[in-house]
Amino acid sequence: MAHFVDRRLNPKDKSLGNRRRFLKRVRAQVKKAVNETVNKRRVADVDRGESVSIPTDGISEPNFHYAREGGRRERVFTGNKDYRAGDRIDKPRSGGGGRGRQGAAEGEGEDDFLFALSRDEFLDIFFEDLELPDLVKRSLKEIKTTKAHRAGFTVSGSPANISVKRTMSNALGRRLALNRPSEREVKDLREQIFALEKISRPTKKQREELKRLHDELETMIRRQKVIGYIDPLDVRYNYFVQKPEPNAKAVMFCLMDVSASMGEREKELAKRFFVLLHLFLSRRYDKIELVFVRHTHDASEVDEDTFFYSRETGGTVVSTALVEMKKIIDQRYPASEWNIYAAQASDGENFSGDSARCAEMLLTQIMPLCQYFAYIEIVDEEEARLINSEANGMELWRAYRGVAAELGNFAMKRIARPADIYPVFRELFARRSEGAENG
Amino acid sequence: MAKRSRKPDLLFEGSDWDFDKLQRTTEAIEEVALQDLGLSVYTNQIEIISSEQMLDAYSSIGMPLMYRHWSFGKHFLHHERLYRKGMRGLAYEIVINSNPCISYCMEENTMALQALVIAHAAFGHNHFFKNNHLFLQWTDADGVLDYLSYARGFISQCEERHGVDEVEAVLDSAHALMPNGVFRRRRPPRLSLREEEERRLGRLRAEEEAVHYLWDTLPRRGAGSAAADRERMERKREMHLPEENILYFLEHYSPTLRPWQREIIRIVRNIGQYFYPQKQTKLMNEGCACFVHYYIMNELHRAGRINDGAMLEVLHNHSNVLTQPDFDDPRYSGINPYALGFAMMQDIRRICEEPNDEDREWFPDIAGCGDWRRVLKDAWANYRDESFIQQFLSPTVMRHFKMFALVDDASKPYYAVSHIHNERGFLELRDSLAREYDVAVADTDIQVVDVDLLGDRWLKLRSVKRNGVPLEPADRDATLIHLRRLWGYKVEIEEVSEGASMAS
Repeated sequence: MAHFVDRRLNPKDKSLGNRRRFLKRVRAQVKKAVNETVNKRRVADVDRGESVSIPTDGISEPNFHYAREGGRRERVFTGNKDYRAGDRIDKPRSGGGGRGRQGAAEGEGEDDFLFALSRDEFLDIFFEDLELPDLVKRSLKEIKTTKAHRAGFTVSGSPANISVKRTMSNALGRRLALNRPSEREVKDLREQIFALEKISRPTKKQREELKRLHDELETMIRRQKVIGYIDPLDVRYNYFVQKPEPNAKAVMFCLMDVSASMGEREKELAKRFFVLLHLFLSRRYDKIELVFVRHTHDASEVDEDTFFYSRETGGTVVSTALVEMKKIIDQRYPASEWNIYAAQASDGENFSGDSARCAEMLLTQIMPLCQYFAYIEIVDEEEARLINSEANGMELWRAYRGVAAELGNFAMKRIARPADIYPVFRELFARRSEGAENG
Repeated sequence: MAKRSRKPDLLFEGSDWDFDKLQRTTEAIEEVALQDLGLSVYTNQIEIISSEQMLDAYSSIGMPLMYRHWSFGKHFLHHERLYRKGMRGLAYEIVINSNPCISYCMEENTMALQALVIAHAAFGHNHFFKNNHLFLQWTDADGVLDYLSYARGFISQCEERHGVDEVEAVLDSAHALMPNGVFRRRRPPRLSLREEEERRLGRLRAEEEAVHYLWDTLPRRGAGSAAADRERMERKREMHLPEENILYFLEHYSPTLRPWQREIIRIVRNIGQYFYPQKQTKLMNEGCACFVHYYIMNELHRAGRINDGAMLEVLHNHSNVLTQPDFDDPRYSGINPYALGFAMMQDIRRICEEPNDEDREWFPDIAGCGDWRRVLKDAWANYRDESFIQQFLSPTVMRHFKMFALVDDASKPYYAVSHIHNERGFLELRDSLAREYDVAVADTDIQVVDVDLLGDRWLKLRSVKRNGVPLEPADRDATLIHLRRLWGYKVEIEEVSEGASMAS
């Protein structure tokens, strides 16, 4: 006697615990793999790398088994076409690979297990222990403001929200459908009656006509009363829902020296730096505006293409960029509403005497408004090897060091190679757990 | 068949199933299975599950209850990925060797498919589990569910007490040695659940006592060299070396494991042992199930209880599963055990009923005896894959599959065709195929040969190379790390060729 059990309604994810264990276990592997990939990979590609397949060696389940090659082995196959005993078949050149007839039956090894990461997962891991200063604070405190968004119409609501247009069109449709006499029809009828009544000595036919018209008018008026011009049924109200609005809007200023001394290499490095910063901010903020300010001896706001690709000639006066940035902030990005981030890239050259002004501007005008200001100085690889001390450097570097010493949310680094960017970036935005914030 | 009094109406029509139809159909199948074929089965418990649940079941090696381990999650993700991509379908059923015999059927199956699956699993496999000597000797169908639930409970208890990571580490290592945790030649004593529990508590007590040196009041013996030597010999003999069951050895003699760790190893070992007969009888088990479902469905169709449409669907699925691609076909992945098993059993029936001269020469005992039911049931009960092939693989089947054997010698730049399906080759071909299905040949032969428990506690293993085939080096080393973790001291493996193993 068979016994049936319907298990379909049983909880499905019986292996959820196993799955979690597995994900927890691979997390370390994945993180390692991601870090390795990032070091190898062009940083600008990180964003595009939709999925990275990671061979997870650490999750192999080894056991003792015989090798696929070596020794003497005999196996039986099916589907002989024209082989005879004693025939010889050349082995494929590539050793064990190739057609791999001998090994095929054993199935694929565990090495094939691939764990695909989505872009989001990849970036999450990539940014795992990165954090911008004050962000923790801000995100913890983050008060969501809400804003009313239209969400169609409803049949009840406050009179202030009546949708006249929708109400009137409903009423019109209903009036047409129920055949309510229009004001004009009533008026026409009245005029006819009036004309008949004016006749001093109406014929019998006219009298009858008049009576008929009176009756008709009466029904019309009654009908008008019964079928209202606007019925409560017609009334519609605008409907609003409160949607949370992230108050964390961010603007990111990209400042770059585009004078002739900045070659392709320098620009490319700077771009990667900006991309990375932008990526990180876009994880945090729903809305990020980008402002590109380039400067030579004169600064101007430009679009992204111009920023990275057009060439300018001229001297180098860094402070002009800061002035421009300040101007834009004042015009468009009040610090009360926007989180302001700035990233500046330069080769370190500056018009002599200007650096002190830059430092001064930063300290007094810009830094009070900014969440964070990151400065990178792009140097030659040769140079990087020579300058082994943070203290040494050109004028701008030295001036900025003064700022950095003063402010915790100002960071500066030298980079020489693409490979430097990521570590530098990490260091710049590394979680400030050691209480560096009070500095 | 006997009861023709019931009117032979259709059991079902169309592809939708419901529990009434299932019940009716199962009863009809049961009638054929028990009355006509004379099968003897455990009580059936047929469970309808969804595809997600099937994936769940897949990931925990097909068992209804299992302890938690990341590797099951890994298998789940693996299967899920393949399934979601449409690269692989799910099995229609999973059947568990337990009493009552639990079969899982997918809800997506059509009614015809459910009938096929029930005939296949709930009667074919079920009969095999209940009657094959290997299952009877090595597994405990009555106790397996209890044991699994005990194992699950025990391991989650350990996780609470010792931390998930600690437990996971032990399980990882034990899993690595699972294939080497099987008694191949001698039978372990079978214990009931309660005895099992008592034994565990007893061990725990003994272990605790051993730690309390205060109770150890006897004066220690001086380490006279002769006495020590004798003692060592004694110890080695006591340890039953050489020992093929590495997990068993670790469980009993590892100097570093704690009692709960030994118990986990024991659990893994027992589960490994439970699956060992399945490994030895894949061909027969599937062949038996296919033969049974094929026979039953045909009988039902003949009796007019299922219509042509359903029968065509059944046959379509039947032949899908039983395809044997040729060796040069891209789909080829070895000999399909379903196809070969089914073909051999159909052939046994043919030999019994209408033998030709060749059959009379090869199978004088059964040729023309007519009672194929008895012959098959006898085979199902008393053979395993290797001996079954050795005994029953007929020239007809070998010709049908166009079998040929290939020798791959690492030292030669070519493969040599050693035998083909002709008069001269049949016997050798059969031997060769039987060897292929002999797990004792396919599995590694690794034994614990020596350990000096009183000295350096250096665990020495010996692996026998079969036909000069070495162990896969990367996996060997990775597994040795696990072994080392469980043993706690140095571990060494020596690979010897076949002749040498006899010498010492």
